[in-house]
Amino acid sequence: MGISYKHQIIVVGAGLAGLRAALEAKAAGLDVAVISRVQPVRSHSIAAQGGINAALGNAEGGRDDNWEKHTFDTVKGSDYLADQDAVEIMTKEAPGIVYEMEHWGCPFSRTAEGLIAQRPFGGAEFPRTCYASDITGHALLHTMYERSVKEEIKVYEEYLLLSIVKNADSCAGVIALNIKNGEIEAFEADAVIMATGGCGRIYNKSTNALINTGSGMAAVYLTAGVPLKDLEFVQFHPTSLYGTNILITEGARGEGGYLYNCKGERFVKELAPRDIVARSIQTEINEGRGYDNAYVLLDLRHLGKKKIIERLPGIRDICIHFAGIDPIDAPIPIQPGQHYSMGGIDTDAKGATSRPGLYAAGECACVSVHGGNRLGGNSLLDTIVFGKLSGRFASEYVKTKKKSGQGQALSLHLQEIKSKIHRLENSTGKEKPTDVRNQLKETLTENAGIFREKSKLQKGLAKVKELKERYKNIHIQNKNKKFNLDLVRNLELEGKLELAEVIVAGALNREESRGSHFRTDFPERNDEKWLKHTIASFVNGTVKIGYKPVTITQFKPQARTY
Amino acid sequence: MVTFKIARFDSDKDKEPRFQTYEVPDEKEMSVLEALFYIVENLDGSLAFRYSCRGAVCGSCAMRINGQNRLACQTLIKKLGSTTITISPLPHLPVQKDLMVDMESFFAKYEKIKPYLINNDPIPDKEFKQSFKERAEIDEMINCILCGNCYSACTMAATNSDYLGPAALTKAYRFYADSRDTAKAERLRIIDGEDGAFRCHTLFNCAEVCPKNIVPTYSIQKLKGAACFK
Repeated sequence: MGISYKHQIIVVGAGLAGLRAALEAKAAGLDVAVISRVQPVRSHSIAAQGGINAALGNAEGGRDDNWEKHTFDTVKGSDYLADQDAVEIMTKEAPGIVYEMEHWGCPFSRTAEGLIAQRPFGGAEFPRTCYASDITGHALLHTMYERSVKEEIKVYEEYLLLSIVKNADSCAGVIALNIKNGEIEAFEADAVIMATGGCGRIYNKSTNALINTGSGMAAVYLTAGVPLKDLEFVQFHPTSLYGTNILITEGARGEGGYLYNCKGERFVKELAPRDIVARSIQTEINEGRGYDNAYVLLDLRHLGKKKIIERLPGIRDICIHFAGIDPIDAPIPIQPGQHYSMGGIDTDAKGATSRPGLYAAGECACVSVHGGNRLGGNSLLDTIVFGKLSGRFASEYVKTKKKSGQGQALSLHLQEIKSKIHRLENSTGKEKPTDVRNQLKETLTENAGIFREKSKLQKGLAKVKELKERYKNIHIQNKNKKFNLDLVRNLELEGKLELAEVIVAGALNREESRGSHFRTDFPERNDEKWLKHTIASFVNGTVKIGYKPVTITQFKPQARTY
Repeated sequence: MVTFKIARFDSDKDKEPRFQTYEVPDEKEMSVLEALFYIVENLDGSLAFRYSCRGAVCGSCAMRINGQNRLACQTLIKKLGSTTITISPLPHLPVQKDLMVDMESFFAKYEKIKPYLINNDPIPDKEFKQSFKERAEIDEMINCILCGNCYSACTMAATNSDYLGPAALTKAYRFYADSRDTAKAERLRIIDGEDGAFRCHTLFNCAEVCPKNIVPTYSIQKLKGAACFK
């Protein structure tokens, strides 16, 4: 039957979280391997621009920064939905992991004293965000990949995760599609660490890479019996480039950029947290003060040519190539776009899920350190801190674990998956996958976007359920085994539909406004009823929603003003 | 409508690549990558190509478009100024399928130059210090996205399979020139010799196709100089 591969730990995903987890497991002396949808430097971590938060105190105005302040800003930014014990772990670890990345070669920008440079970002009063011009994700991911080459981390490239394989009380490994040859292959492991990133491509206008389809989250939700947490909290980045929705970093406002409506007015404090700025921009557009009812302007011209070239060269490049505009001479047309999933696979602060042996880190996970709204600069931090911790705790788990019949569970499951794919490939249904995919994106953007309300969410949920039914009759044109994009994208579509249901159902239930989740029919935060995490489980083919409490340590919820 | 002539090839089935023609509506400011998705979704689900970020930062979609190595995502149809667009895979690399090439030799050479910071000094509690000027020396090279455009365009890499090539040499210089790196002599040993920096004939083909405006020739010349006068 063929178990293709066997390692003590399998990491799924080769972005920052996945590679960091693998490095930690390797350092613990374990046999670890990574499987990835793409070559590691093609992962979405590459696209992060602005920076990574750590209380280094390097910048003028932020000398007395410390982890407590970072914790408070993160908790307040989260609209008090983050688990404060987990945030404390992240902020305490932050300086150490930033220094470690620097020691590994990350080319951070520098202060005049030669220290790591820091810039202001939303939701903090002073510069805390460490950066490498405006390609910080690129600088960090390349450094992490370089380290993984040095440490000879084994990566299986171009595999699409299909399923997590369970044992009675643990995790037996994973099943994945080898995209290169079309084979369905099994990876036996004592522990699995998920690091598969977000699901932004469920939405129409997203800053995310095209590979961010949520396939990892979906596989865990559908096949591992582990719930998703807070998935209705979707971050819309205030400034994505009008037309392509490519990210224009918050660093552009951190460096002093202004937002203008069509009347030439600045209408919001530019460095308020993202949920607030995104709503504010959308309101301008909705009320006719945008341009073409679609965008507003981000003006950098007053920063001057030198600063733009020095601090924001990547942004300039993007504007020139994708919009035909040089921000030195002209303002940038921007609109909010889906950017990040605060929710994800339900884990604790060790990265552990409710299933022994199954861990998750980075955007696919929800610890929760971001609660209802993530601060800019905290996602790169999250990936590395919790990548490292999940690698550490998964290694400890493997070292103490008793062996159980992994192989048998895998081979049974492999047959099931093969039959499922075979059925899909030979489906005679008439449904065109492109229609289902496009309608799903439109539905989410229209009904579960920046502003939400009951009737729209109900409509959205009904539509998602309809699309789930229609998916059962989709037709796959391409029957080739090698590099079958048609098959890959349609397998991803199945997961997208299920995640969409979780997002919309969670948003419909949550009758309050908190962080990124804004209900026009319930515009206030309601701590009495809703200071709790949404826990979504897959039961009998649909989503079942429950809740669990938020951990509060130092900071009692208070009104969130900036 | 824009006519796309796309090279099709499956090493399991075909002896020779063939060109297939597709008509794509040019309704908005469409990139070549978007046009490829249009084809896969509406005309031919069997077409194969790589993609990820669609924002010119991940390096997945390098291919030859109207005679030049480019990123499909970064190439807007209107900028090509032509109603017929011919696309083939990156030259001088083995074709896996259609527009996908095997990047194994590219990454093997990348690994050869020890693409990671080596510093044998005691690790400080905080960061290694680095001045603006020191950091500025590697500013250009750190933008490399490992797309392979330069490697595929290099005449010397095409005619000598052992040549490290412009991308790996740029990476080698990025570490050689990093004020924090202490393995300078070792790095020069790696790039010295006829398959290293000295194979470069300064044709600048690499610089012409870099989507990040890097000039690999600069790094290579700097390495040659350093290797000569070490």
